[in-house]
Amino acid sequence: MAVTAAPAWRSGALVALALAFALPLLVVLGSWLAGPSGNWPHLFSTVLGDYALNSLVLCLLTGTGTLVVGTGCAWLVVVYRFPGRRILEWALLLPLACPAYLIAYTWTGLLALEGPLQQWAPFPLPDIRNREGAAMMLILVLYPYVYLLARQAFLTQSGTALDVARTLGAGALERFTRVALPLARPAIVAGVALVLMETLADYGTVKYFGVPTLSTGIYRTWFGLGDHLAAAQLASGLLFTMFVLLWLERRARRHRRTDTDQKPPAERQPLTGVAAPAATVGLTLPVLLGFVLPALQLIAWAADDAGHLLSAEFLELISNSLLIASLTALTTLAVALTLVSSHRLLPTGLRRLAMRAVAFGYAMPGTVLAVGVVWVLGWLDGGLNDTLAGLGFSEPGLVFSGTLFAVVFACSIRFLTIPAQGLEAGFARLSPHMDEAARSLGGRPWSLFRRIHLPLLRIPLLTSALLVFVDTLKELPATLVLRPFDTNTLAVRAFELASDERLADAALPALAILLAGILPVALLARSLGNRDDAHHA
Amino acid sequence: MRWTLLTLLSLTLLAGCDQPGPETDNGEAAAKEVNVYSARKEALIQPLLDRFTEKTGTEVNLITGGADALIERMESEGEHSPADLLLTVDAGRLYRARQADLLQKADSETLRNAVPEQYRHPEGYWHGLSVRSRVLVVAPDRVPANAPSRYADLADERWQDRICIRSSNNIYNQSLVASLIAHKGEEATEQWARGLVENMARSPQGGDRDQILAVANDLCDIAVVNTYYLAMMHNSDDQTQREAAEQVALRWPNQNDRGAHVNISGAGVARHAPHPEQARALLEFLVNDESQQWYAEVNNEYPVKEDVAISETLREWGDYKADDLPLVRLGENNDKAVRLMDRAGWQ
Repeated sequence: MAVTAAPAWRSGALVALALAFALPLLVVLGSWLAGPSGNWPHLFSTVLGDYALNSLVLCLLTGTGTLVVGTGCAWLVVVYRFPGRRILEWALLLPLACPAYLIAYTWTGLLALEGPLQQWAPFPLPDIRNREGAAMMLILVLYPYVYLLARQAFLTQSGTALDVARTLGAGALERFTRVALPLARPAIVAGVALVLMETLADYGTVKYFGVPTLSTGIYRTWFGLGDHLAAAQLASGLLFTMFVLLWLERRARRHRRTDTDQKPPAERQPLTGVAAPAATVGLTLPVLLGFVLPALQLIAWAADDAGHLLSAEFLELISNSLLIASLTALTTLAVALTLVSSHRLLPTGLRRLAMRAVAFGYAMPGTVLAVGVVWVLGWLDGGLNDTLAGLGFSEPGLVFSGTLFAVVFACSIRFLTIPAQGLEAGFARLSPHMDEAARSLGGRPWSLFRRIHLPLLRIPLLTSALLVFVDTLKELPATLVLRPFDTNTLAVRAFELASDERLADAALPALAILLAGILPVALLARSLGNRDDAHHA
Repeated sequence: MRWTLLTLLSLTLLAGCDQPGPETDNGEAAAKEVNVYSARKEALIQPLLDRFTEKTGTEVNLITGGADALIERMESEGEHSPADLLLTVDAGRLYRARQADLLQKADSETLRNAVPEQYRHPEGYWHGLSVRSRVLVVAPDRVPANAPSRYADLADERWQDRICIRSSNNIYNQSLVASLIAHKGEEATEQWARGLVENMARSPQGGDRDQILAVANDLCDIAVVNTYYLAMMHNSDDQTQREAAEQVALRWPNQNDRGAHVNISGAGVARHAPHPEQARALLEFLVNDESQQWYAEVNNEYPVKEDVAISETLREWGDYKADDLPLVRLGENNDKAVRLMDRAGWQ
C-alpha cells in the first residue's frame, strides 16, 4: 500500500525543526568553510595525538565496562530469581542520579591518604586520578543507560524465541548469547552509544583527573589559544567519531529484523547454590560503588549544613531545577516523537538525515554547545530588533537570550538524542505487520500513530523522559551561561562550590541532586514493576 | 495523550517567552538597578552586593558563570546586552573582554586613588579589586631553607621528580608563564618549562589544594599555588585541610629580584551598559575601605587598596615583594604561553 504524501508545509516544518536541533552539527561543519585554522600545525606536532589517544582509550574502556555491567545486570534481573532481586532491579538505576564530576570528587575524597577508606585498609589504595580511573568513574555512573535499555529490551522480548532455543537444547549461556543478546541489540547499542557520547563530551572528570582529551582540548584551544576556528574544527573530530560509531551500528543491523510478537517472556528461574548469593553480591557492587558510598561521603560532608535544607533559598534551587528538567523532558519527547514517527510513517531520505543530524548535540562538550546557542539566539535577537526598527517599531531588546527558553532550548538540543534513539529502538521492535493491518482497515497515519504506536511505546517513552529529566538535573555548562539573572539550580550551586574546592559546602546541593534524581527512578521502577507483574500474572 | 503532550509543549514555549527578561533599555523602568555578570562565585560576592543595595537603594541582579562563557554571552548579546559590570577572577579575562571591545572606560578620582596603577587598565577599562600571588609551598623538613627561592629554580635538576603543579589548562599557570615570557623572553621560558616538566613528581592533576595536600602527604616536596588556597586551608572547618596547611611552609619567590608573580580579581563597566552610572557607583563601592576589607577577607586575598587591614593569616605571613609587571602583559602573552606549554609537554 502506497504511503500518502505529506502536505508540503508539514515537511517544511519538520525540516525546520530538525535544522534547529542540528545546530551543533551545522556550527561545527560550517567552521570548515573558513579554511583550516593556522594553529593546526602546532596542534598536530604537540598535543593532538594525546587528545585523540586518550579519548579513544577512554571510549574503549568505558564502552566495554558499561556494556558488560549494564547488559549482565539486566539479564540476571530479568531472567533469574535470587535474594534481593526486586530491590536491586530498581536500585541499579540509582547511580544515574550522580553527575560524573561529582563522583570523581567524592571518590577522590574517599580514597585519599587522609580519607575514610585508607584509615581501614591495610594496603595503600590505588590512585584513581588517571585515565583508567576516569574510565572507572564514568562506568560507575553511565552503566545504568545500558542497563535500563537492555532490561527493557529483555523484558519485552518474546518468550517464544527463548522457548524454541531451550527445546533445541541450548544451554543458559547459549540462549543469552545467541538469542536474547542479538534480539536486544538495537537497545543495547543505543545504550552504549549514549555512554560513548557522554564519555566524549565529559569535561569535569577528565579535567579534575588531569587527562587531556579532545573535550578538554577544545576548551584549551578556544579559550587558552583564543582560536574559535581551531576549537570548532577540533570538535568535528568528536562528531566524526560519533558518526562512524552510528554508521557501523546501522550497517551491522541492516538486514536484521528485531520486531517480535507479544508473547510474554517465560517465568523467572530461581538461581541455586552459590550462584544465588553470588548474583546478589555481584549486582550490589555497582550500586554500592556508584551510589551508596559516594552518597554516604556526601552525607558526612553535609552533616554540619543540614539546617539549610528547608530554607526558602534552597527550596527555590530545587523548584528551579525541577522546572527546567521537566520542561526539557517534555520538549525532547515531543520533538523526538514527531521526528521518529514521521520517519516511520513517511519515509524519505531527507527525514532520515534529520534523525541522524539531531544526534550530535549529545557528543558536544556542554560549554561549546552553550556558546553555539548563545550565538544563534544573539543572532535571532539582533535580527528581530533590526527588523522591527526598520519597520518603525520600538526595539524590544533581548527576547530569547537570557531567558528560561534559552536554557530549555539548549538542554533539549543536548538531550534530544536520548528519546530519539530510545523511540527508534522501540519502533524497531514493533512489527510492520501491525502497521499494514491498521492501514488495510483504513487507519490514517496519525490515528495509527496515536492508537497503536503510542500505547505500545509507553515504556521507551517513560524511560527516555526519565533519562532526560535526570540528565538535565545534572546539566551544568549550558544552564550556567544561559540562565536569566538570579536563577540558580542545584547543579549550578553544587558545581560552584565544588570547583572552588569547597567540597564540604557543595555536598548539600549535590545530595539534593541525588535525591531529586531518585524520585523519577522510583516512579519508573513502579511503573515497570506493574507491567512486569501483569506479564507474570 | 496527544492533547496532553501538545498542551505541555505549548506551555513549554510559553514559559520560555513569558519569562521576563531583565529590564534593559527602558530607562524609566530601570532607574535603580544594576546587572552584574560575575565569574566570582555567588557566595563570595552576594553579601557585598546586598550591602550596596542597602546603602544606595539600587537593586543588583546577578548571574555567575565561567568568565569565558560570560564574555561570549556579552559578545553575542551585543548592543542589547543587559550587562552593566563584568567581574572576573583574573586579569587575562579582563584583557580578553577589552580586546573584544566589550568594556568602556570608567575613570574617576575615587578609582584612581584606590587602585594602584599596576592593577588597572592604563585607560581605565578595568580595575583590580583584590590581589593574590602564585607562590611556592614546600615541605620544610625535606627542602633546605635557601632553595628554591625563584621560579627559575623549579627547572633545576636538583628537584627531579619532586615538584607538584596543576594542569597547564589552568589560567593561573598560563598567567605565570605569560609573566615569565614578559621578563625572560619565549626561548628561555620554554627551556624553563621543559625543565619543570622533567621535575614533576606526577602528571598534573587536581586543583591547587590538591598540590598542597600532596606536599603534606610526602608525594612531592614543592608545589606552586595561589596564596588564597593556602589561606583557605589554614582557616578550613576540615581538620585534615588545616593540618596539611600547617605541615607545609610558604616561600615567596624572587624576593631578591623582581618579586613574586601576582594576579588580580577585577571588574570593568560593560560597553553597552544600560546603567553605566550605577555600574561605576558599584565599582567605586567595591573599592571603598569597608568593601575592600570584607572582600579580601572572605576570599583570603590581599586588598587592592593600600592601608586596608588584611586577614590574620595573611598578616602572619608578613610582607612580600610583588612583581610590578603591568597585568595587561599577562593577557597579551596568554596564547604564546599556552603554545609554549604545549611544546614543553606540560599537560
